[in-house]
Amino acid sequence: MKNPLDSLWGTIISGLVLTLILYWIVKLAMGS
Amino acid sequence: MDFGAFIHYGLVRWLHILAGVMWIGLLYYFNFVQVAALKAAQADSTAPGITRHVAPRALLFFRWAAVVTWLAGATILSNHFLDAFLFQQKVYVPIGVGAWIGTIMLFNVWVLIWPNQKKILGIVQATDEEKNKARRTAFLASRANTALSLPMLFFMVGSGGVFRTTFFGM
Repeated sequence: MKNPLDSLWGTIISGLVLTLILYWIVKLAMGS
Repeated sequence: MDFGAFIHYGLVRWLHILAGVMWIGLLYYFNFVQVAALKAAQADSTAPGITRHVAPRALLFFRWAAVVTWLAGATILSNHFLDAFLFQQKVYVPIGVGAWIGTIMLFNVWVLIWPNQKKILGIVQATDEEKNKARRTAFLASRANTALSLPMLFFMVGSGGVFRTTFFGM
């Protein structure tokens, strides 16, 4: 499998996905 | 006006943002501009202009802006530093996540990017094989930091005031 960080779009999409995952975890942790 | 609070929450926050813009701005320059420019420059033998005159200067401001950003951020947190980093209070969880990501990015700059860039740019001696390995490691660390900058900036912005209420209802 190709490393997503090899392309700029792969890097940006990885960052967006990570943001969504962390946002969901933090929202759960804060009980909001 | 409380002069201490003015320095702490005003000037240091301003410095944190100024240095952060320089750090992440240069990170985006490397990833969005220089990588592609070097590839094109290698094709017409003009790459030494970038590697000799541009990259070392950009890396100088890049790595020290990272340090100033982190130190100013730690100063702003001050007695809430552990609340944020250890997630000890709910209200400090968003800034804690942002601070952790920023810390990982600072680690990448000083432990993975800069030592390998020194080999690539010939600041320290390295064989061709070591340079190729250094090029890949520095590239991936830089790209990882670009990806990490998205959640880091989200949590920095989303950790205070009206933004925290909007994003986290608290």
